[in-house]
Order: sequence, then structure tokens, then C-alpha cells
Amino acid sequence: MTPLTEATPGYSARRTLSVRVELVRQLRRRRTLIAFAVGIALPLIVVAAVKLGPSSSGGGGGFGDGDLDLVGLATSGAWNFALTMLFFGSGFLLTIIAAMFLGDSVASEASWSTLRYLLAAPVPRRRLLFAKAAVGLILTASTLVILVAASWIIGALAFGTSPLTSPLGGSFDVTESWGRIGIVTGYIMIVLLIPAGLAFLMSVLTDVPLGAVGAAVVIVIVVNILDAIEALGSIRTFLPGEYSNAWVGALNATIDWDTMARGVAYSLIAFGLFALIATLRFDRKDITS
Amino acid sequence: MGRLRTRRRLVGLIALIIGVVVVATAVGLARTSTSVPAPEAMTIVGGPTSGTDADPVTLDADLYRPTTLGPDETAPAVIVAHGFGGSKDSVAQEAAALAEAGFVVLAYSARGFGESAGSISMNSPDFEVADASAAIDTLAALPGVRLDGVGDPVVGIAGGSYGGALALLTAGYDPRVDAVAADITWNSLESSLFGQSALGSDTRGVYKELWSGLFFSSGLTLRDGTVTECGRFTPDWCRAYTEAAVDGTVSPEGSALMWRSSPGSVTDRITAPTLLGGGQADSLFPLNETNANAEQIMEANPDVPVEVVWHAGGHDGGLADPVAVTEQLREMTIGWFQTYLGSRAAQEQTPRPGFEYALTEGSALSDRAAGTFETFSSPTYPGIRGDERAEIAIAGPPQQILAPAGGIPAAFSSVPGLGGVGALLGQFGGVMGGAQQTATFLSEPLTSTITTVGSPTARLRIAVDRPVDEVALFAAVRIIDDQGRSQLPASLVSPLRLTDLGTEPVVVDIELPTIVANAPAGTRLAVTVTTTDQAYRLPSGPAIYTVSLVEGAGSLAGDAGASPVLVVPTVASTPISSSWPVWIWPVLAIAVLVLLALVLVLTRPRPGQAPRDGGPPVIVTGLAKEYPGGVRAVDSVDFTVPRGVVLGLLGPNGAGKSTTMRMMMGLITPTAGSVEVFGEQIRPGAAALSRVGCFIEGPGLLPHLSGRQNLDLFWRASGRSGDPHLAEVLTIAGLGSAIDRRVRTYSQGMRQRLGIAQAMLGMPDLLLLDEPTNGLDPPQIKEMREVLRAYAQDGRTVIVSSHLLSEVEQTCSIVVVMGGGRVIAQGEVEVLLREHHGRRLEDVFLDLVGEGHQVTT
Repeated sequence: MTPLTEATPGYSARRTLSVRVELVRQLRRRRTLIAFAVGIALPLIVVAAVKLGPSSSGGGGGFGDGDLDLVGLATSGAWNFALTMLFFGSGFLLTIIAAMFLGDSVASEASWSTLRYLLAAPVPRRRLLFAKAAVGLILTASTLVILVAASWIIGALAFGTSPLTSPLGGSFDVTESWGRIGIVTGYIMIVLLIPAGLAFLMSVLTDVPLGAVGAAVVIVIVVNILDAIEALGSIRTFLPGEYSNAWVGALNATIDWDTMARGVAYSLIAFGLFALIATLRFDRKDITS
Repeated sequence: MGRLRTRRRLVGLIALIIGVVVVATAVGLARTSTSVPAPEAMTIVGGPTSGTDADPVTLDADLYRPTTLGPDETAPAVIVAHGFGGSKDSVAQEAAALAEAGFVVLAYSARGFGESAGSISMNSPDFEVADASAAIDTLAALPGVRLDGVGDPVVGIAGGSYGGALALLTAGYDPRVDAVAADITWNSLESSLFGQSALGSDTRGVYKELWSGLFFSSGLTLRDGTVTECGRFTPDWCRAYTEAAVDGTVSPEGSALMWRSSPGSVTDRITAPTLLGGGQADSLFPLNETNANAEQIMEANPDVPVEVVWHAGGHDGGLADPVAVTEQLREMTIGWFQTYLGSRAAQEQTPRPGFEYALTEGSALSDRAAGTFETFSSPTYPGIRGDERAEIAIAGPPQQILAPAGGIPAAFSSVPGLGGVGALLGQFGGVMGGAQQTATFLSEPLTSTITTVGSPTARLRIAVDRPVDEVALFAAVRIIDDQGRSQLPASLVSPLRLTDLGTEPVVVDIELPTIVANAPAGTRLAVTVTTTDQAYRLPSGPAIYTVSLVEGAGSLAGDAGASPVLVVPTVASTPISSSWPVWIWPVLAIAVLVLLALVLVLTRPRPGQAPRDGGPPVIVTGLAKEYPGGVRAVDSVDFTVPRGVVLGLLGPNGAGKSTTMRMMMGLITPTAGSVEVFGEQIRPGAAALSRVGCFIEGPGLLPHLSGRQNLDLFWRASGRSGDPHLAEVLTIAGLGSAIDRRVRTYSQGMRQRLGIAQAMLGMPDLLLLDEPTNGLDPPQIKEMREVLRAYAQDGRTVIVSSHLLSEVEQTCSIVVVMGGGRVIAQGEVEVLLREHHGRRLEDVFLDLVGEGHQVTT
């Protein structure tokens, strides 16, 4: 055998751990399938509650007080039902799911001991992070899309297909209904970047997957509590809660982009910062797992 | 050195980013918390105490000086007047903001309020206005105040509600006032308290008894706590109120008294530039009052700059975020004074827009969250009839409605004194009174969105089933969505009072509430007429009215024969972006992300130096790893691994074998020294690692996948394209059909073999095995020895670590003995044995470990 003086012929860092391979590695996991199932189960449960509940007649009473307008319209058609499910989901469920997919990403590899073998393969560290983040976000987005699609189909079967009625007044035609739901979905995905980014950073900092997910969720909860304290005044402008529901602007007759634009900028910058810190940390982290 | 430089640059960049974030946050926070310059308390000698007592009252005041003002500089002055029930302290924030903007600001408690003496005379020209003139005298004498002439300072006057009326009245009586900003105030006190929306009627309107009572009672309490009928009011005003409250009437004297306290009596004398604000959610001083002030000033003196703003909020509170409304008004007021008091040489600059209005959007998600509003502007003030009018056909049969005896139960529209809670009622269409109290006339669903800006009008015919002295009706415009839910814009209704109505029907042109409201396409507009409203004094006798539409257009374009219409005023306007334009945010985000990407590029790991040809596969030089806290896991480790050998890394647990192996794989960064593999210095992700297969401290496998899937995915993730030699590897793993079961179901030995098989995928030139025989049974251990010996032929190299001597003894040709993080001995097995008198390696090993690290070969 001739002495080899370079890497194994055929090795290329660019071919290591592609997003596709990482997707295959993650897709079969039970938690992935559970997240997808929750996206389908939530609308089913709500439909069952509305259909079987005591106050199911009329415009859907019986939901939380105050939040009448949006929820009251849930039963008026498939798009409205999907919108209501997005509203329910964006409150906490999707945050948890985003935190789970991203928080678990690197830490779970550490806990399985697979991380050291991937890095020794060698998968360049930044490439590994990229694949992990990309797949985490793809799975989060998939859950969101599954939730919307399932809600629409279930809503259509249960309540018919009359197009979107805005809780702010007015209705849209079918094309516009899809457009508005699309904007709301897209915006929610972008806002989810905040818990996602935070969880991703945690995932790099710790080797315990549950710890990463938990820490991210706890931080999100604390920030939401802070956001509920009105005495903080305009400091709240700097908290993410300020923007989490800005998608309501997409339900105006003319779309109000202002808060959404700020929310998008805030979320992207927050994710960027989290990802940057995660990368710089991971670049020089000693892999002892 | 290179690493050091990279690290420094990295630290610098992170510090830069953190600095930018901290500064941005600090600036943001500083903007939100106003640094209030401390005011100086002072006393103003005001106007006469009463008509019979010419002694001046003393007024308690605070003076705010701009902190930026030098000792010899002067600045224009602004008087800030407070609202009813307030004092100089309730305007402290506004005063401080104006002082910060460069004005000398005087805030004083009006007579009868706060610490000031005297009785409340409702902005009488003889008393409160005289006080304001005395305040101007005081300012003229203060150092630092800019003067127009002797005794005539450059002065503006600002206030809301009670203070707004004072501002306008003072501007009418005192020619020294140079600019006015008056918000949510009245034009005529009488027409404010007695609402009349029947156009062209000179009948006094329906008494707003709830508002009047709230207003009056807030001036009742005395400092010593005695209960009195008139409180701090002057006897004249107490008498006028009692009259109205008891009978719902006003005597001619009372009427004259109210008129003298109404800006409407002096609007033709106001020549100072005037900013007039009106609240959309204001059932006390509705926009009609603001409108009357504006139109009267503009008519009398067309050259006087007047700007009108219909903002969100008002005495009813409204849905909009009050903080945002306050900030908007503060900004406008400061801008107005900067322009017209000359501290900005800007009076000749582009003319300010004549009209601004806010369009409020309620929050759909929660009744708790404050709504947002968007501001629109138009260059000229269109008044309450709009600059264009849309005629919306309305239809509905004649309807009978009941005015219940005693006026109970009554409908709620707005709830005076409750602020935003009352405003919410409008979101849900108001609370209807008892049954059969409301007549409704509906339009067809709108084909396009209509934004009402002003007061819509409609013509109705009203008949009553019996002769009555007095009729009170409440008309409103509602927006009905396609679910049938009704919204009452700004919670406002228009009161109508008709007197001496016989059985003959009368036709009334109704001025509906002045609103800014969006009716989206698909919704309907409705005109409703209700017999009750709890905020007003209602006639006590019962009656049944028949309300019907009148053929022919609304009152303004009497086109007889046409179908009944609701005339909706609209205004051609352009939105003002209250903050930065929307596109700035994505641009900002992209800029920051580019910056972050730049940091990533600058800190990216550099490729290692070019590998040298030939030489041994592994050279470890001076390798050390010290963990935080001073624990030295590995210290000065040197060894070289020749090609084609099986090298044993021998040592007890904790000797540093695994740490050394991790450093060889770029998993742990050494504190000192280096590892060269195939001539390349190892760092995370070094390409030479692709020629190394490793198995360190147990297998790493995906439990939810089968053994075969694990091998397949690991190969695909490893970036190599050659032959994985899967068949050979599977033979080594020896898992049989279990290879297709999930790893979760494997025993420890099976996982161990699969992990070793994974390390051998692609038959790498160097194989690193850490304790490979853990968990294997004796036949398998024997088999593994064969595999390793075979593997090292053809020039491949194997490094095996173990704490079991026998294993190394039987497999390896070279051995490196470690203990306590150091290399204790190394060399060929036979040589070591020979040096130690032919004993078994186990004894030699125990000797070495026992002796510490002195022994080397």
C-alpha cells in the first residue's frame, strides 16, 4: 500500500451530514411523530369539544372570557377554525414544540454519544450545527403546517368552507383567506424563532436534552410573566411578547404591517444572536459526552 | 500564535456586539423614562378673590426651567393648565417634557384646586382668566424668559379639558398669548351638558346628568372635610348646577354664566396660532365642540394657523393605548410651540397639515390589550361634514319603540367616568336597554370599505301615540358585520330633544355622532334610534314612538323622491407613519444578520497547514490537557505510532487514555502540545480524521433505528464516498439477523460490536479503539484480537487502549504505558519485558504504575 498523505480519497467536508441525512435520522424519532400527531389531535379535540359541549349552539360560546371575538368565530368555517387553532397553538403549544425540536437537537446527540462520532467523522462543527438547526426548524415548520392543514380539513368537515371572517369585522374571499392564513402562519413561524433560538443555544451549552428544552421554556415563561406586568411600561417593547400576537394585523381590511415588521426584525435578530453565540461556543467546546 | 490572534479578534468582536446591544438598550430605556428636571415651587399672585373681595388669590405653582439653558440665555415660556379635579402635579409630566424641549414652563393649580386658594368659577374671565393673565405677568418678570416687549413674554398656553378652555379663553382675553394648544374641551358649556343633535333646532338638549354630576361632585370636597352643598364652587355656579340637576333646566342667568365661561364667546378674538385636539371617545365634550372652536376661529380670522386633531381617547377613555395617545399629543404640542414660539426658526417652513385623525383598531385577541391606531392627515380641515359625502341607502319599515315609564331599564352606551371599560361596550354594540326600545334601519352590505370621518346625517320621521311635553331619543350609527354582530363606534350616541310633540309626526334631520370608523366591505351600516340612555336625564312619562325613514336624501342634499339615505362624510387623507417606515425593520434585521454573519466568517476555523508526506501516522508531542480548576488529565505526553502496527495504550482507569484519544480526534482541544495524524495537525474537523475510524468510551448509536440503518446513516454522514466495506464490517459485528432490529433492543455486547463495526466502516487507515473488549465474552475477545491483527496488515495502523494487560500483551507489538496523565513507559513489548527481567507484562505494568513516572525507556 502506498503511503497516503491526504484525507481518504472521496472525503469532502461538504458531503458530511447533509440536511437530508439529518432529516432521516430525526424523522423516525417518537417525539417527532408525537409532535405531528399533536398538530392533528388539537383541532380534533377542539371540534369534539365544540360539537359535544353543552354550549355548542350558536357562535361557539363557552371559551375563555374576554377572548370572544376570535374564538367565537371558530365555527364559522374552515379558515376561521384554522385561525383559531393557530391562536391556541401559538400561545404555548408551538413554543414548546419549537423548544423541543431545537433544544433537543445537539443535546440528544450528546446524550446518545453519537455527537463525538459525528464530529470525529469528521463533520465540521459549524456544519453539524447548521444541519441540526435547519432540521429543527424544518420539523417545527412542518408541525405548524400540519396543524394548519389538519385544522382546515377538520374545520371544513365540521363547519363547512365559508371563507375567513375577520374578528375585526369584514370577510375575505377564498384567495384572500388563504393569503391571510398564510401570512399569519408565516409570521408565527418567524416569531417561533425566538424560543427556537434560545433552545438551540441551550442545546449547545448542555448535554442534557430535557435540560435544554426545559431551560428554554422556563425562560420563555418568565419573559411572558414580565410582559404581563404593565408597570414595566415601555420596557415591554423590548420583550418578545410585544410581538407574539402581532399577526392580528393581517386580519385588518388593509394589512397592518408595522408591528409585524418589527416582530420579524426582532425575531430574526434574536435568532441570529442566539445562533451566533451557540456557534462560537460550539467551535471551541470540549466534547466530553 | 495564530490561535491567539483569532481569539483576540473574537473577543473584540463579541465585546463590540455586546456594546452595541447595551448602548441601544440604554438609549431605548432612556427615551422611555423621562429625566424630569426638578421644578421650583413658587406662588403667583392671581386675580381678585371674588366679585366682592378684590384681594388677589394666591396660586400654588411650579416653574420648570430647561436644563440646557445657559445663565444668559432666554427661552419662550409655556403655561400648562390642568384638567378639572387636577392640580399642578397632574401636569408635571407634560411640563417636564416641554421644559426638556427647551421651554420655561409654568404649571399652577387653578383656584379652588390643589394648594391654591379661591373658589371654582369654571374659567370665568373675571377670575380664572385673570389668574392666567397674572401668571403671564409673573413670567414676564422672570429672568430667562424671552420677551416680545416690556411685560409681554413670548408665551404659549396649553391644557386639556378644563385647562383647554382656560387656554382658549385666555388667548381670547389676553393678547400677549402667542400660541395655544387646547385639547378635549368645550366650545359652549351649555351645548356640551345639554346634548342636542336635531339639526336646526334651538331647543335646549338632553341633560347629561351623569357627566354633570361627576364633574360637579369632583369640586365638592373641602380640605377640612365638612360636608357642604356647594363645596369649592362659587355661589353662582352652585346655583346654576342645582337648577339643572333638580329640574333639568337652565335659567337665563345660568345660561349667561355658562356662556361667559365658554371659548365660543371669544373665538372671534383669538389670533394666536391654535392647536385644537378632540377626543374620539368623548361623550362629554364630543368632537362637535372641538369642531365649533376650530370653525369659529378660522371664520373670524382666516389667517390664524389652526390645526385640528381628532385623536384616539378622550373623556371616555376609548380602546386605544392611552400611553400612545399621550405621546402623540405631547409630540404635537411640543412641535406646535416650537414652530409658533420661535425656538425653531420654522414658522415659514412647510405649512403644517390642517387636520389629523386617528383610526383606532380594537384588539381582536383580548379586551385587555390596548388597541392600536393609525394616524392620517389632510392639508385642510374639512369640518365634521367631510370633504366628500357618500350616500348609503338605508331601509326598514316604520318601527314602534317604547319609552318606558321612568326611563328604566335604560341602555348603556358609554359609561362616564369609567374610561376604557365603558369604551368596550361599544365593541359589543353597547348594551341595549329593555325590549322594544330600539328602531333599526339597515343598509345593504357595503361593496367597498367606507371610513367615516365626521358626523353622518339621516332624516327620520317621528310620531308619538299621545301628546307629550318632552321627547328624548338617542340616535346612533352602528356597523353590523355579516355575523350580525353590531359595533357602536366610540360608544357614542346622539341625543335628540323635542318638545311639545303632538300626534302629528315631525321630520327631524339628525346629526349622528362625530366618529372616525372603518366599515369594511361586507358589513352593513345601521341607523338606530333608542328611547333610553342611562347617562342622560330621561322624561319619566311613558310613550310609544313610531320611527320611519323619510323618502328623499339626507338633510344636506334634499333630493325629494329618492330613497332614504345615510349621508356619510369621508376625508381624502394620507396615512402618517407614526414611527419609522415599515421597510426599515426588515432592512435593520438584514443589516444585523449580515453583521453577525461577518462575525462568523471572521471567526471561522482556519484550515490546518499542509500535511507532510510520509512519516508515521501519529505523532503526539508534548500533549497536555488541564481542566478548569487545575486538574491535569494529561500532561506532557509524547509518543509516535509507526505505520502497520497495533499499538497498545495501556494504563489503569483515569490514566488519561481516553482524554488523549479524544484529543487525537479533535474532540478536546489540548492546553498544550499537538497531535499530528498523517502529517496534519489535529483540530476540530481536520480532514485527516476522515482516515481514522474510532471507538471511544462506548458506542454512540441512534436507539430508534436498526443497526443497519445506523451504519448506513453514519456512513452517509461521514462525507466519504468510497466503499464502506459493509459486508466485512457486518461480519465483524456478527449480529446476524439482529442487525435489522432497533438498537434500543440490543444487549450491551451487541452495541459494543456494532460500535466497533461502525469505526471500521470504509476500512480507515488508522483505527482508534478505546477498551474495545468491554462487554465481550471470551470467544468474542479472541475473535477481536484476530480482527485487529489482520487489520494492521496492508500498512494500516491500530491503536488499542485497555486497562487489561493480557489483551495488550497478546495483541500489540508496541505499547505505551500511561499513569496519572503521563507516559510512564513505551516501546516494543519484548523490549519492555526484557528490561524487566522477563517477567510477565502484568508485573512490569504494576511495577511501572507503582513507581510513578520516573521510568522511561
